[in-house]
Amino acid sequence: MLNISEIRKQFPILSRKVNGTDLVYFDNGATTQKPQVVIDVVNNYYANENSNVHRGVHFLSGLATDKFEATRDIIQQFIGAKHKHEIIFTKGTTDAINLVANGFRSLLNKGDEVIISELEHHSNIVPWQMCCDFTGATLKVIPLLDDGSLDMITFKKLLSENTKLVSVAHVSNALGTINPIEEIISNAHKVGAKVMIDGAQAASHIPLDMQKLGADLYCFSAHKMYGPTGVGVLYGTDEMLNALPPYQGGGEMIKEVSFEKTTYAELPHKFEAGTPNIAGVIAFKNAIEFITGLGVENIAKYEDELLQYATAEILKIEGVKIYGTSKNKSGIISFNIEGLHPYDIGVIVDKMGIAIRTGHHCAQPIMERFNIPGTARISVAVYNTKEEIDVCINAIKKAKMMLS
Amino acid sequence: MRTISEIQVEIIEDFGMFEDWMQKYEYLIDLGKELTPIDEKHKTEDNLIKGCQSRVWLHAEHIDGKIIYTANSDAIITKGIVAILISVLSGHTPSEIVNAKLDFINEIGLKEQLSPTRANGLVSMIKQMKIYALAYNN
Ligand SMILES: Cc1ncc(COP(=O)(O)O)c(C=O)c1O
Repeated sequence: MLNISEIRKQFPILSRKVNGTDLVYFDNGATTQKPQVVIDVVNNYYANENSNVHRGVHFLSGLATDKFEATRDIIQQFIGAKHKHEIIFTKGTTDAINLVANGFRSLLNKGDEVIISELEHHSNIVPWQMCCDFTGATLKVIPLLDDGSLDMITFKKLLSENTKLVSVAHVSNALGTINPIEEIISNAHKVGAKVMIDGAQAASHIPLDMQKLGADLYCFSAHKMYGPTGVGVLYGTDEMLNALPPYQGGGEMIKEVSFEKTTYAELPHKFEAGTPNIAGVIAFKNAIEFITGLGVENIAKYEDELLQYATAEILKIEGVKIYGTSKNKSGIISFNIEGLHPYDIGVIVDKMGIAIRTGHHCAQPIMERFNIPGTARISVAVYNTKEEIDVCINAIKKAKMMLS
Repeated sequence: MRTISEIQVEIIEDFGMFEDWMQKYEYLIDLGKELTPIDEKHKTEDNLIKGCQSRVWLHAEHIDGKIIYTANSDAIITKGIVAILISVLSGHTPSEIVNAKLDFINEIGLKEQLSPTRANGLVSMIKQMKIYALAYNN
């Protein structure tokens, strides 16, 4: 059992007021709040440790480098990667996908196919459109069923020897659907395709084991896992990452540079050009420790309780429709109320100190699929409580009364 | 006909009476409901101002030297603010509209609704109202 009130005490922002009342934060899908330890480590880095990594012979540079690499170690363990050099630091999920999509420009040809799905975040759509435009490859889309799950029958029909890559989200940020990625990976591998998983909405909610999962590439953002913004991870198998050309050129990623010929550094440095977000990477370790300290399984179980409770409560409001009703769901509730615009709901509940997300959630194809302008979205994290859900549901009821 | 400044003073007075945000938003919602909707035939793609979240349609006509605006939005709070903007600017001459300073926005505590980051289309709407006026102002 998690002690939620103890957990809440670690997040200073949770005791602030918004519009005169206690903040209720249900926009965790966009970004989670940060525990004090993460904030302290960022501060301490700049106050006492600031130095560039992998470069200097001096004391501080060594210290910063050791701490930076310690985060790589803990992430390797956290996601069950075989090798440390399979962990690449990026700016975030978007950056990781762009790194890979850019690399696939050299691996794809006309006639090749890339498969994504209808529930992807724009950051797992647009890079592939750009890649396909560049290479002449074709982009195929796995359609959604009415409950917001992937149409796996059509997916299997889309697969062929032309399929070179399948890139899908582990969890949909707009619907909460947990996709059957094991099944996707094994089917894609049967036709020789590589698989990339966008784990932005999964990494702090679902236990991960890369070696068991068998994905070729997997990525996520620290800021959605109680860590700093501007830091993300691209995991790739040693084989896959060696097959991809470097993304950005610059310092750190080279072995030798001359005007005649430059050779690239080994993994992971080949993909880490330029000075990274050192403070962010170092503090990301503390965010991971926060998660593992509680246990991902325990977090998942508690968040599922919140999801079930909130779903039941919200369905009591007349005219509510939830988008994303598949059996396998993470802590995200996307909904509309008949006759009301989600923007109006968001504005009114904000006045009561409640942060929910409204709009298309960077997933316009989903909105088109369901023929709606957007939804209101509640997304939970481990520090949320049933009491907060009650406050939120009451606010939504009040908004409904005012608006209809 | 009252001047644009006089209308703004009245709106500021109206909003000054509200004691809390709820009264203010209820009033906005009422204004939104009462807004004479734009003629369906003017609800075109060309007249659509795309905010990321709520959409606004704006149409302008030049009648007897004055500009008459009609508009609509799919979100009711946005619509309420649209109604206020129309009550301030519609029915005035192009030069009055071009030169109008919309000070009331800061005074009535709805600045956040009219910030460019709100993505509700209202900032673009004001700009578009002025652009129409500019077009007739010669
Ligand atoms: C499923 C999914 N993919 C990708 C992203 C993009 O993540 P970031 O903005 O951290 O790069 C998000 C964030 O909203 C997401 O939810």
